[in-house]
Amino acid sequence: MSEHILSLMTFFPLLGMLIILMLPGRKGGLLKSTTLAITLITFIISLPLALDPVFKTSGAMHYTEFAPWISVGDYFQMNYSVGIDGISLWLVLLTTFIMPITVLSTWQAVDKNVKGFMALMLLLETAMLGAFISLDLFLFYIFWELMLIPMYFMIGIWGGASRIYAAVKFFIYTAVGSLLMLVAIIYLYYYAVNTGGMVNGFSVSDFYNLTLHPELQKWLFLAFAFSFAIKVPMFPVHTWLPDAHTEAPTAGSVILAAVMLKMGTYGYLRFAMPLFPDALQQFLPWLAALSVIGIVYGALVAMMQKDVKKLVAYSSVSHLGFVMLGLFALNNIGVSGAILQMVNHGISTGALFLIVGFIYERRHTRLISEFGGLSKQMPIFAVIFMIVTLSSIGLPALNGFVGEFMILLGAFESELRWFAVVATSGVVLSAVYMLWMYQRVMFGKLDNPKNQNLKDLSVREVCIMLPLLVFIFWIGVYPNTFLEKMEPAVNQALSQISGEARAQAYMPVCNDTEPQAKCPHTHGLDAQGDADLRL
Amino acid sequence: MENMVQTAMQNVNFAAIMPSLVLSCFCLALLLLNAFVKRGSTSYAAVISLVALGATACVSYLAWDNPQFGFAGQVALDNYAVFFNFIFILAAALSILMSDAYLKREGYPVGEYYTLILFSTVGAMLMASGTDMMTIFLGLEVMSIALYVLAGFFRRQLRSNEAGLKYFLLGAFSTGFLLYGIALIYGVTGTTNVADIGSYLAMNHHIVGDPILIGGMILLATGFLFKIAIVPFHMWTPDVYEGAPTPITAFMSAGPKAAAFAAFMRVFLIGLGSMHSTWVGLLWVLAVLTMIVGNFIAIKQTNLKRMLAYSSIAHAGYALVGLVASNAVGVSAVLFYMLAYTLMNIGAFAILVLAGKVGEDNLTLQGFAGFGYKRPVLAVLFTICLFSLMGIPPSAGFTGKFFIFAGALNAGYVWLAVLGVLNSAVSLYYYLRVMVYMYFRSPEEEFDWVQLKPGATLCAVISVVGVLFLGIVPGAVMALARQALF
Repeated sequence: MSEHILSLMTFFPLLGMLIILMLPGRKGGLLKSTTLAITLITFIISLPLALDPVFKTSGAMHYTEFAPWISVGDYFQMNYSVGIDGISLWLVLLTTFIMPITVLSTWQAVDKNVKGFMALMLLLETAMLGAFISLDLFLFYIFWELMLIPMYFMIGIWGGASRIYAAVKFFIYTAVGSLLMLVAIIYLYYYAVNTGGMVNGFSVSDFYNLTLHPELQKWLFLAFAFSFAIKVPMFPVHTWLPDAHTEAPTAGSVILAAVMLKMGTYGYLRFAMPLFPDALQQFLPWLAALSVIGIVYGALVAMMQKDVKKLVAYSSVSHLGFVMLGLFALNNIGVSGAILQMVNHGISTGALFLIVGFIYERRHTRLISEFGGLSKQMPIFAVIFMIVTLSSIGLPALNGFVGEFMILLGAFESELRWFAVVATSGVVLSAVYMLWMYQRVMFGKLDNPKNQNLKDLSVREVCIMLPLLVFIFWIGVYPNTFLEKMEPAVNQALSQISGEARAQAYMPVCNDTEPQAKCPHTHGLDAQGDADLRL
Repeated sequence: MENMVQTAMQNVNFAAIMPSLVLSCFCLALLLLNAFVKRGSTSYAAVISLVALGATACVSYLAWDNPQFGFAGQVALDNYAVFFNFIFILAAALSILMSDAYLKREGYPVGEYYTLILFSTVGAMLMASGTDMMTIFLGLEVMSIALYVLAGFFRRQLRSNEAGLKYFLLGAFSTGFLLYGIALIYGVTGTTNVADIGSYLAMNHHIVGDPILIGGMILLATGFLFKIAIVPFHMWTPDVYEGAPTPITAFMSAGPKAAAFAAFMRVFLIGLGSMHSTWVGLLWVLAVLTMIVGNFIAIKQTNLKRMLAYSSIAHAGYALVGLVASNAVGVSAVLFYMLAYTLMNIGAFAILVLAGKVGEDNLTLQGFAGFGYKRPVLAVLFTICLFSLMGIPPSAGFTGKFFIFAGALNAGYVWLAVLGVLNSAVSLYYYLRVMVYMYFRSPEEEFDWVQLKPGATLCAVISVVGVLFLGIVPGAVMALARQALF
């Protein structure tokens, strides 16, 4: 049972989708509660992962499952190979945690074609979880592309006024990037096979050990990095995001912000950076520059938005820039901060989209100018909104602070010092646009007559927000719960990126009974005494 | 002279042409039967045709891993031919499944229709198993003449007449090229046998640059590329595909195209294998051109049949990439891709048959507005076929393209693969647009479509199940395609 926990967790929502498809389409309540139950069960299945202490001591892959999948003689071999380490652990848990919340948020927001919506949500959950746990690049690609389909329909069918444009743009942007990555994946595979590299299918850990010519690395890295940069999204390929975020239904925006954007940053950390470390060094200043531009540009554009949802969307561009900067710092504190910030952004921005959804459901507008003085009418809402706003800004004792602080610290310690200096302005700017928005919406006179009868949050709505608030405080006050399980895996990843693990893989220290390709895992973790492994 | 006849007789091996024989017998029987049954009902003919195809499939299967050669090296029923036979049989069977309801609706319930499809299938099978230029030519003619008639089958419809006439005139012209090419190559090598041409050229390597030989090769390629609808020989495709009866369009885009590929690959890889460096550059350019032209013109289409016609041009371009790769992975990928394309394209056409009104004027993007809400199940089936045509996993279209591009990359054609995937990206737009109309827009008028027809629905369901099967567990079929190499 426990050895199949990842598969069970990943495919349970898919099974749930089949159940949903068999239920009668008219009973919206039944469909929603069934979906809620399915996502909750998925969350419960994933909980033992969070409690497992093994991640504190070992940065290797755990709960691994392996089965040959497609095997065509000497042509190619693809395996069903999954596993989880301290990095993907938190992203997986974020996914399973956020899904029941988004389902709850649809209770009143989605009333058209509920069956389709719920089926797509569950399909999306399977695809997202699958992408986070895949250790085979082919398998990863399948899940990665599969994610597009449900999100495309969620934006296109249940979205806002210009949903068609947003949905098609979202799909084409992401698919273009991933198609180039596909070429790179196949190329990498045949390069490995033809140069006699020991590869078992498209196994990532085997690809880590390849020695690639720097020129080759450059092209392959560009293909991967471009694909992931679109998903993150990094400046200047971020333009799909504000459209998609704004037009998507609340549940779609939450999933998009909380989980799907993390696919891009996760892709960098798991694939693009460790696979092509030399190319990474070559492009590092450029990528860091784009991250910083994203931070500042996203914040500046967010400041000028009239629509709350668009403001939050642009704030995502800014926040994801921080995450990327943390990753490019290439030291333990920066990368750990980046992973923590991925989770933070998922929670805070997810919460912000939910909040926007609450007021949109009440007023059917999201224009800041339509609001003002809501705090008098909706005190509970005001408190929750305030906490989330402050968490997004990065107030100490709330989650955002820890992540951003670690990222900046990491960047200062690395060669990206000057980038960090500029990035710091993003923190200030985020306070400006968030607080200014909060002030215009919540304070001032309650002079718009349409706002005077607004109801405060219902019990259901408070229940949606509570778990998020718990984590906002938890991560803010005691981030160690999360960091301690991340650290070994981060060290492992960094040693991969610095080439240390690669060098060790060829040393005859491995146990003879184990295939050599597996060695860097078992070996890498006990070599990590030193936290700072950057070049 | 007597000696030659004797040798030829000794070489007779009916097992090598058994599938074609069986199917031809059924055809003739059905043709006779048609004369005795009064017009108006064709269901019996459809059922008999399906039985005939089933029997042919069984006979073909007997030859798997048990290759039969005969007729002095003119015919080889090897794994390669058997694999293609299955594609033809599948294409014919699926097209026949959707035909019955269609013919009734359009007012042409004529039994000969099925006979013609079967005859065309016989021709296709001969092409795939032909190891002599003459056999291949014979198969091509049997297949094409039946198709010319089928394309113009709705004799009172102007569009159908145009399709038939256009296809016939251009087809006859291209066959002329093919014959001329065969003649020139015969002139240089002194044989029409594919294997003999191959060994002759391998031994006399100095004549590979002979202008007459190159001319023959180009003419031969023209003939085949016309049937496959490769740019710049694609001009007939949109008009013929749009004008022909929809099930025939579905069949043409799958079966005969695969047949032309089968013969093309056999002739070029075995017969003209020594000239690889001469033709590969040419095909590289044509593959890229085909993908670009097909995809970009498809963007402009509002008629779905026409859009699928252009998309089929683009798909022929993807498949050609596998032939350019000319390695084991690439060629088996072409086999796999032909099967995948047969399933996904015929599945899409089956939906068009189900959704069309008399005259099919409603098969436009506008006509599909809100389809997803009026016919949710059909719309989901259509959507899966479209995602497969796009190449989005987990579908046959994705695995097929993956294998094709894997072949190209394994052979070192990085740019070809990059251009290929970029073209896939272009194609996303027009396939997605169909879904935009189906799901994201409301219907403009009331729907009054004929109710679900069991045959066509079954055809769509089988296709989609196949598409998903090949998308999720393609290993077994790809392994068969690997064993099917000559």
